[in-house]
Amino acid sequence: MSPVLSLHDAAVRRGQTPVLTGASLSVRAGEVVGVIGPNGAGKTTLLRAALGLARLASGRAELAGRDVTSLDDATRAALAGYLPQERRVGWNLPAWRIASLGAALKPPALARTAALEALARVGLSSLAERGVLDLSGGERARVLLARLLATAAPLLVADEPAAGLDPDAQLLSLDLFREEAARGAAVVLTLHDLGLAARACDRLVVVGQGRIVADGPPRDALTPQVLREVFGLDGGLEETSAGLTLAARRHRS
Amino acid sequence: MRLNLVLVAALLVLLALGLLLGETSLSGLQYAQAFRDPASGPGEILWAIRAPRVVAAAVVGGALGLAGAVMQGLLRNPLADPGVLGVSAGAGLGASLAIALGLAAIPGGTEAAALVAALATGLLLTALAARFREPETLILFGVALSAFAGALTSLIFNLSPSPVTTAEILSWLMGSVANRSWGDIGWELAPMTLGAALCVYAARGLVMLTLGEETAAMSGLPMARLRAAAVAGASLLTGAAVAMAGIIGFVGLAAPHLVRAGAGADPGKALAPSALAGAILLTAADIAARLIPTDQELKLGVVTALFGAPLFALIAWRAARSWRA
Repeated sequence: MSPVLSLHDAAVRRGQTPVLTGASLSVRAGEVVGVIGPNGAGKTTLLRAALGLARLASGRAELAGRDVTSLDDATRAALAGYLPQERRVGWNLPAWRIASLGAALKPPALARTAALEALARVGLSSLAERGVLDLSGGERARVLLARLLATAAPLLVADEPAAGLDPDAQLLSLDLFREEAARGAAVVLTLHDLGLAARACDRLVVVGQGRIVADGPPRDALTPQVLREVFGLDGGLEETSAGLTLAARRHRS
Repeated sequence: MRLNLVLVAALLVLLALGLLLGETSLSGLQYAQAFRDPASGPGEILWAIRAPRVVAAAVVGGALGLAGAVMQGLLRNPLADPGVLGVSAGAGLGASLAIALGLAAIPGGTEAAALVAALATGLLLTALAARFREPETLILFGVALSAFAGALTSLIFNLSPSPVTTAEILSWLMGSVANRSWGDIGWELAPMTLGAALCVYAARGLVMLTLGEETAAMSGLPMARLRAAAVAGASLLTGAAVAMAGIIGFVGLAAPHLVRAGAGADPGKALAPSALAGAILLTAADIAARLIPTDQELKLGVVTALFGAPLFALIAWRAARSWRA
């Protein structure tokens, strides 16, 4: 079976500046993959390149084994759902309407049902009729997460889904991604909380300065050396009662 | 749906008022005669002078209201209006050039020049919109186009050989639906119908844009096509409206805001009510232009701005209060 998402030696440039170089990656159904790296490392570009949203200077991006540039809009949407980091909402639509946009190609009644189910999963059933701009930032982030879940796509790509959420909602969102993986979806997330990433993901892809530096199970990918060289941290992952935890301090050279 | 019915009813009342009220006051008997015999004197006043004028005001207002709603949805910006991308200024430049070159003497010459210039601007914008997806970029191009067309229009004023030409251009630019014939309306009907159809087609993409370009791009909708349809549709509507009536501000900006409380926040669902509200606003403004007793009849563009600007400030005031609550 071909991977749900794959990048082959992909490069992206902004003007003349390379922002992603030689990136190769393959994600299979049922996997939760965390993309981690410092600010400006190229995590978002990696996701956008994989989805065909960023133009590749060289290399190839495939969804379900098909070149992403050859896919029409509807096929691409059927293969992948995307939650961008940008959380601005233009108009004050009800929360359920925003969530239903995830199922835009379905008949309105089915889209509404999918939206209400997704809102229930993120714990916002009671706010379904509320205007999304009247919600708090964290609640709005959960509505947008519900929109992603409503796509029911075989690949879910989320850029910083945990940003701005309270600890409980962060764990809830990662549980939901786990559930999605259990139903057979491939999940790709960028996360800034390395401990959270190590606990929640099957695999971590470490990005530093536009390159994939490490790719593997959390303990193998997030070694003390990678922590120091990519993140500037001294320390490592430790097994605790709550699962893997990061113990680290700023590196002093 | 109920909102639309209320708006249609209000528009019908205003259309009837526009037909019955005018500079020449007619008696009950004369009205009866006009309805019995359209070829009679009062009949001429009603059916050949007032009726096309009233219909022109409604059609132009509807086109501007619809174009405004599409622009606000496309650009995710409540300050957008049909003129924001420079189509109005382009059409105004076309008309000014036609008048300066003496083409106004040809029947429909000015209107045709305005429409052609609007279409050229619209075509350029559609190409730009396909290349640049961010609304901010499109707005900046629009501002540049507007300023450039405005500068060229000023240049025509500057180089104009006679004050008569200048006055003629100025008078045209201020906007009016006086002395429009059924033929004038017929000419603009084709671009307006096509523009409206494109806008209706684009409607389902507008709601998707509320979450930004990338979410929309991944939604499965053919966003490139829908965006091009929105720009082209709004340009056709605006161009045809300016060609028929000159430059009329505020209607396209205010109409979507007037109906938003009732129509909801979905920019796609605001299209029909915005068109109706635009038609109502302009029909009412034209009646006011006719009835306000001044030596020179007030220009439509002047009336809409005079009443529209304070009204718009009031809407902004109320909206700001509801945000704070």
